[in-house]
Order: sequence, then structure tokens, then C-alpha cells
Amino acid sequence: MKDLALLEDNAPKPGLWTQIAHPGLFLGWSRHLIVPLAVITAALAAWGLYLSFWGSPPDYQMGDTVRIMYVHVPAAWLSQFCYAVMFASAIGTLVWRHPMADVSQKAAAPLGAAFTLLALFTGSLWGRPTWGTFWEWDGRMTSTLVLLFIYLGIIALWRAFDDQLKAARFVSVVTLVGAINIPVIKFSVDWWQTLHQPASVIRLDGPTIAPEILIPLLVMTAAFSMLFLTLHLVRMRTEVIKRRIRSLELAAARAAAGGAL
Amino acid sequence: MRAFLAIVARDLRLGLRQGGDILTLVLFFVIVGTVLPFAIGPDRPQLARLAPAIVWVAALLAQLLSNERLFGSDFEDGSLAILRHAPLPLEMVVGAKMLAHWVLTALPIIAATPVLALMLGMEGETLLRAIGSLVLGTPALVAFGTVGAAVTVGLKRGGLVAPVLVLPLSLPVLIFGTGAMAPMVPGASGQALLLLAALGLVSVALVPFAAAMALRFAGE
Repeated sequence: MKDLALLEDNAPKPGLWTQIAHPGLFLGWSRHLIVPLAVITAALAAWGLYLSFWGSPPDYQMGDTVRIMYVHVPAAWLSQFCYAVMFASAIGTLVWRHPMADVSQKAAAPLGAAFTLLALFTGSLWGRPTWGTFWEWDGRMTSTLVLLFIYLGIIALWRAFDDQLKAARFVSVVTLVGAINIPVIKFSVDWWQTLHQPASVIRLDGPTIAPEILIPLLVMTAAFSMLFLTLHLVRMRTEVIKRRIRSLELAAARAAAGGAL
Repeated sequence: MRAFLAIVARDLRLGLRQGGDILTLVLFFVIVGTVLPFAIGPDRPQLARLAPAIVWVAALLAQLLSNERLFGSDFEDGSLAILRHAPLPLEMVVGAKMLAHWVLTALPIIAATPVLALMLGMEGETLLRAIGSLVLGTPALVAFGTVGAAVTVGLKRGGLVAPVLVLPLSLPVLIFGTGAMAPMVPGASGQALLLLAALGLVSVALVPFAAAMALRFAGE
């Protein structure tokens, strides 16, 4: 409250960046975004699922199992995108000490872990009929597994601290150090030529995937990205409200203790 | 530089006067190395084939156990707070502590490797490779352990968090370390040795900055 009063004294109208980043104002503007984002996500997912089940042909080699790709590839991309979000937020925490960067970091970690788990799970389901094995110790799978462990370790570190403001800084250090794994995942298919196929969508010489398979894949990727955005925003709002409740409870407890004395 | 050496000397003296710690660490390393053959079975050719993996897993676990000592007691008795306000940059302090820690934990393990190698039926050349890969790889293990120790230094219930954070980061060290000992593919082991050395150099150069940052937060 005090901050708000100060803000009004110095600048009558808060700047755009202040509106985005101030926790109280964040709760205000993000409230109106949740439902539209959820609707867009649902629409994209419905379109993407229709395309991937009925609107695309089976692969001439893999048959219908190719449809697993429409979940597997977006989940794998998102698993790395979540880490990028956490990395950017970690820099925000360390450089500007901004509480919303802390919140964004904390909100992204379980989402990243979930997408990584989904990518590994669908990957092993896909691997069984096509490669004949659920799991193979090749570079990309192993490094994705390490990514999952890093996510889980970061979540464990968050939970080990009582003071979440303090926790954010320590977690940021770990996030920055753990980021060396991301390029390892990206280039693992080029460095160690094993079972997993190399990149085929984002290439300098254009995608090597047929368009009738590429389009459902891109729609599903958009749906997954919107899902991440929606859930991230919801989790950030929950975290801000949770912190606010906690500080109110502390203040109430302090007042009660003061009254008893 | 004198202050740097003074911290190294202090930590070495502290570590050596509690001589039991080093002995326990070596004992742990050898015991882990001898427990695995019980689980695998006394098949000598198979053991000899698995020996590089056993040596590296034992070294990794022993190193993991000792990491808590890096900053734990200094944080408890307040010396860390004094070091934080010392004229010597905290990054240098961390570097000195890593060096002392390496001497106190990695060197004894490397020295005990021939004993383990003998029991696992390693040949002379593989033993030399094992020692070489440990010499090159343990600095990286110490470095990642330092990050884990620095990040969890003020935590009362951080006991299990640090290993969970450190183990995934240490996996590349394990991969290249055992790769450097594999005699199967000519040329591949040399490449693994180079990558191991690169990993060690990069992590030792960069970790003091990350760890010092975390230690500053711990003091706030």
C-alpha cells in the first residue's frame, strides 16, 4: 500500500512496464486474460487433435503410430521452452531482484517437469513399435532425462526454503548452471548419431517433413504453447495471491501477539 | 595471492587435523567398490569389464558425501561471514576452498584407486587410464559439488537436496570419465579424455562466480 502511495506521488500515471510488473496491477490485468487464453487453447487443441487423428494420412513406414508425434514433438519443444522462460526469469531475479521474476520462475518449473515427462512418456510409447524398445540410452533421451532431473531438483530446492524471496535467488543460480544441458539436448542428435532422428522441422534448407504432417504438428505446437501460457499465468496469479495471504496471516498473527502482550 | 594461499593452508590444516575424515572417505570409496562385486557376482572377466564404471561410481558417491564439508562448518561458526567481508574477493575464497577440498577428498580417492583396481582385476594400462581420468575428472566433480554446497548452505533440511541437484550435473563427468577408460574403440578414449579435461577447466573457471553469488545471498 505504501508503495502504491509513493507511486502516485511521483508519477500520476504508472508506466506500461510498471503496470505489467507490479504484483497488484498484474493481478488486475491478468484476470481478464485467463478466459480468452483458455478458449484459444481449447480451440487450437480441438483443431489440432482433429487434424492429427482424422485430417492427416498415416505414415507410409510407421503407419498410425506417426500420430504420437503430434503430442511428442510439441511436448519436447515445450520442455525446453519452459527452461528458457525459467532462465530469463532467473536473470530477472538476479539482475533486477524483481518479485514477479521470482514468481514466473517458480510457476514454470512444475510445468516444465510435466512437459518433459510427457515427452519422455510418449517417446517411449512411440519407440516400442518403431525401434522395438521402450528405452534406449542414446544422447537425446538421456539428456532429456537429465533435464527432468534438473527440473525436479529445482522444485525440491524451492520446497526446501521457508523464505521464498530468498529461495528465488538460490534457485536462479542453479537454473543458470543447469542451462548447460539445453544445448546438449539440442545437439545430441548431431554429436552422437544413434537411434533418435535429427532435426527435421527447423532447418536452414527448409523442413524435410511432408506438409500434410507438418500442419497438424504446427497446430498442436501452437495449442501446447497456448496451454503453457495459460497455465503459467494461472500459476503466477495463484503464487502472488498465496504470498499475499501468507503476509496477511503473518501480519494478523503479529497483531494478535501484540494484542495479547 | 598470499591470502589465497593462507585460506588453502587453513583448510588443509583443518582437514588434516581431523584425520579421521579422510580415512572414512577412503574407506567409503573402497567399500562401495567392493560392495558392487558382491551384487554382480565374482565373475572376474565381467568384473574387469565393469571395473571403470565401478571405480567412477564409487568416486562420484564418495565425492558427493564429502561436499557438505565445503562450507557447512564455516557457515555454522561464522567464518564464512568474515570471509565474505574480507578484502580478498569471495570468488577467490571459493577457488581456494575448492583447491583445498580437492586435495583433501579427491587425492586420497585417487591414491586408493590402485587397491580397488587390484581387487577388480584391472590391468596395468587400464589402471593408468583410471588414474588419469580421475585426475582430470575430479576437479569437475568438486566444482559441481561446490555449486550444490553453496546453494544449500543455509538450509536446515538441505541434506538431500544438494545431492539431487549435483548428480544430474555430474553425469557428463561420469560419461566422459568412463569413456576415457574404455579401451574398445581406438581414438574414442583420447577424445573422451580431452572432453573431460575441457569440462574440468570450464567448470573450475566458472563455478567460483556462481558459488560466490549464492554465498553472498546466504549471508544476507
